[in-house]
Amino acid sequence: MTLMKKSAAELQQLLHNREVSVKELTEDSLQQIAKLDGKVQAFLAVTEKEALSQAESLDNEPMENRGPLFGLPIGIKDNIITKGITTTCASKMLENFVPVYDATVTNKVKQAGMVSVGKLNMDEFAMGSTTERSAFKTTHNPWNLDRVPGGSSGGSAAAVAAGEVPFALGTDTGGSVRQPAAFCGVVGMKPTYGRVSRYGLVAFASSLDQIGPITRTVEDNALLLNAIAGVDQWDSSSSPKQVPDFRAALTGDIKGLRIAVPKEYLGEGIADDVKESVLEALKVLESLGATWEEVTLPHSKYASPVYYTIATSEASSNLARFDGIRYGYHPEGAKNLEEIYLRSRSEGFGTEVKKRILYGTYALSADHHEDLYVKAMKVRTLIAQDFANLFEKYDVVIGPTSATTAYEIGGVAQNQLTLYANDVLTVSVNLAGVPAISVPCGISNGLPVGLQIIGNHFDEPLVYKVAHAYEQATDFHKQSPSQGEGNE
Amino acid sequence: MNFETIVGLEVHVELKTDTKIFSPAPSHYGAEPNMNIHVTDLAYPGTLPTLNKRAVDFGMKASFALNCEVADVMNFDRKHYFYPDNPAAYQISQDKRPVGQNGWIEIEVDGKKKKIRIERVHLEEDAGKLTHSDNGYSLVDLNRQGTPLIEIVTEADIRTPDEAYAFLEKLKAIIQYTGVSDVRMEEGSLRCDANISLRPFGQKEFGTKTELKNLNSFNFVRRGIANEVERQEKILLSGGEIVQETRRYDEATGQTVLMRVKGSANDYRFINDPDLPEIHIDKEWKDRVRAEIPELPDARKTRYVSELDLPEYDAHVLTLTKEMSDFFDATVAAGADAKLASNWLMGEVSAYLNAEQKELHDTALTPEGLSSMVKLIADGTISSKIAKKVFKELIENGGNAADIVKEKGLVQISDEGTLRKIVTEILDANEQSIEDFKNGKDRAVGFLVGQVMKATKGQANPPLVNKILLEEINKR
Amino acid sequence: MTKFTQDDVKYFANFARIGVSDDEAEVFAELISELVGFGDVLKEVDTDHVEPMTHPLQLFNVLREDVPQDILDREEMLKSVEEHEAGMIKVPNIL
Repeated sequence: MTLMKKSAAELQQLLHNREVSVKELTEDSLQQIAKLDGKVQAFLAVTEKEALSQAESLDNEPMENRGPLFGLPIGIKDNIITKGITTTCASKMLENFVPVYDATVTNKVKQAGMVSVGKLNMDEFAMGSTTERSAFKTTHNPWNLDRVPGGSSGGSAAAVAAGEVPFALGTDTGGSVRQPAAFCGVVGMKPTYGRVSRYGLVAFASSLDQIGPITRTVEDNALLLNAIAGVDQWDSSSSPKQVPDFRAALTGDIKGLRIAVPKEYLGEGIADDVKESVLEALKVLESLGATWEEVTLPHSKYASPVYYTIATSEASSNLARFDGIRYGYHPEGAKNLEEIYLRSRSEGFGTEVKKRILYGTYALSADHHEDLYVKAMKVRTLIAQDFANLFEKYDVVIGPTSATTAYEIGGVAQNQLTLYANDVLTVSVNLAGVPAISVPCGISNGLPVGLQIIGNHFDEPLVYKVAHAYEQATDFHKQSPSQGEGNE
Repeated sequence: MNFETIVGLEVHVELKTDTKIFSPAPSHYGAEPNMNIHVTDLAYPGTLPTLNKRAVDFGMKASFALNCEVADVMNFDRKHYFYPDNPAAYQISQDKRPVGQNGWIEIEVDGKKKKIRIERVHLEEDAGKLTHSDNGYSLVDLNRQGTPLIEIVTEADIRTPDEAYAFLEKLKAIIQYTGVSDVRMEEGSLRCDANISLRPFGQKEFGTKTELKNLNSFNFVRRGIANEVERQEKILLSGGEIVQETRRYDEATGQTVLMRVKGSANDYRFINDPDLPEIHIDKEWKDRVRAEIPELPDARKTRYVSELDLPEYDAHVLTLTKEMSDFFDATVAAGADAKLASNWLMGEVSAYLNAEQKELHDTALTPEGLSSMVKLIADGTISSKIAKKVFKELIENGGNAADIVKEKGLVQISDEGTLRKIVTEILDANEQSIEDFKNGKDRAVGFLVGQVMKATKGQANPPLVNKILLEEINKR
Repeated sequence: MTKFTQDDVKYFANFARIGVSDDEAEVFAELISELVGFGDVLKEVDTDHVEPMTHPLQLFNVLREDVPQDILDREEMLKSVEEHEAGMIKVPNIL
């Protein structure tokens, strides 16, 4: 029986009682990966040697020096820089790229005594929502191996759901932590923009990107955010706001909580089973003393065009540095500089990445700069204002995380309405910069459904409190996929 | 047809900070290739820029010194283009909200004063350095990547090559006074491009302009503009049209050469850099920076003329560099006569510095030293001839003129008795010269004075020697 | 709806330094055509008197002291560089 499905608190208990060592815990994670990853395909790199040597030295640390995450295994999404360990962004462009420094979050999880066991699969440069756009492998949903795990942090969510690691870091530019968490039945948090340093996160869209924890429970999630949050002198967009103890917020008491439920979140394109699960969840919250009202986010229908325009514009800028010269894919036999540029970027990037760079280049070009890029930023202001207006009267905004449960791998493209509904649910949160969590709220046809709880800027404590109260009142987080471990 | 020359300048000045504008790597000149870099300068994946506070202060300081309005709110923008010396494929610069706007500086050409307006001063990062080789390759050194720059853009107010020269001389002096840059063209800490066009006198619209690059000295700026004006004039007079293009000044031939035609290929796709929050500059910040600006060249010039009675010319030359001007002020403060001090600084001192390729601070000369010497000249203790010996000692080994004079026994002999004795001896030995003089050969006196000076190792007081010589000759 | 042509693809691919063959241009033209309608959708929104949101947080004056640190080791840096010479990164000439 694996230890990887236990909570941080349970694992600390075992470590303190010396029933298990850090090394044994690490070995357990590595064994789980060896056993399951052939099917799940969550990892792009497993760093067995480094993990075991780190674990051994951690075992010498006196008990009194150990924090709540000490000695626990973690997986890191492969767009987060890890010194000496390949960081590929699941792109041919960075296939053999071994960084010379650590991201701030990489340092922070090390500081907390966590043991990184490897790097996790994703859509190339985080552009996608199925993890099928990885240049290297397709990750499978542990609940149903024929299904996608969601994306772009599909590897992170699948690894936690399968019980390969109890903790993972993902990144969320337009839903990339929350949606895979929902698809894989785990807890995924996108913190307030600026809450977690982006230094060492390979940028996709700088004004939208945030790193977030993916875990089995809300409490574990709060613990991991405790470890990685805080201002960073190397990220000027990180917030100097004091970081509260997120775990301390998990009181279970949500009496008097005022919930807003935007009608756009339960409207066209949302699958019936998802809608039902969310309405059920609202009943649970009501039973805990909360009230909810239907509201409107008038500009949410523009979230999709605004998001695509801003995200691709920023991406076209951020990804311009990949030119085959200082690092990354270098075309063989290029005769001149132009050829290096054209070939490294043509051969190194996948189709989706190139498409977005091209559209972003178009949106920033002199002829379209005002009517596309600047216009989108103005409408972004209105979308953020919609949220600000709601938070004057309500404590949290609740809806589904995704319009449907996990799709089939290689399945026909989702219909336009579903894609559109998905964008409305997730990307507007990034546009506004507010925090949001996805917690499991149902299982339909063997696939998990996610409940999204959105808070005001820097109101992660409340978001966690509501998520935790809900989680404790239900059993969904205790269920785990049978598929990943099937056929043993 | 006669044409009016229209010139606008774009001047890049490297700021003298300890670190780069967006990374904590050292930014000093002259390190081994790629030794002064931070992962951010390499545009390594995941890195983010962090703004150097001193670079902002320096940008503000230069803006104030150039009479600009300093922004209340400014931001940084990304300007996109691919080139191996530009690792991120964007340069972080300022597009719509620069640090300084609407400034001016006053120049003087042929005794006529004129204001050249400055459109803007913006902060940006410098690019790396590309060394081209013959074998089809170039080598990239990123030490310079990220060095803070200000770009100073003038309005098209300049009308002659001499005005351009005067503008640059004045700009250099002002920037140097503020201490934000070394402004050394030879090290690339000041670089200048010129936009040049012609129009018939009386016409309102500007003609098509060309951009002139590779102007590596103020003289080349002057010559380059003159040559480009000539070229454009020839084209226009023969009925041709000017093509908007970038040209390079070739120092060897003195001609401008085509680099590239400016097509629609330039679309920099500016975006407000999402990695760098806005900068809000309040009154307190502005006041602090303004208070740090020293007295600027124009103010000093005025003071030298009105308070120290120096000629305009002296005041101009002395204030060209802050070091010279500070030295002069300190020399006068130490008690030296202003005009004498000025003569020495503009004469012997400058000649020495030019000959030795040195700056004042490379020598042992101090304001107190120079002042002590000037005082000895003024009170007749030493002759200007002796002074030259004293000066050599002062500038090479330092010290005080009075001590040198005492140590080397260089005091001027002004005692009549002593001199009369020497004069008598010389006259006794040179009967022929006395004869010559009496026969109307004035030159003979010069020879006799020379003999006296030789006998006294140059220490005799020359007017006194003259006087005694004539008296003694007349006695014979 | 605005159509994105193969020529458009090539024009913007040149700015982005992405090599595209004719076949790829056809694929991208189709893919991007789905996106270029966004401009028309956004046109509906009244944004007079609305400021563009360039940063999600209202931070300002985030500044670093002018003190050198964290210099990158050149040899470390050169490990990821395909071609270098005398400590410098080697690139072929432009044409």
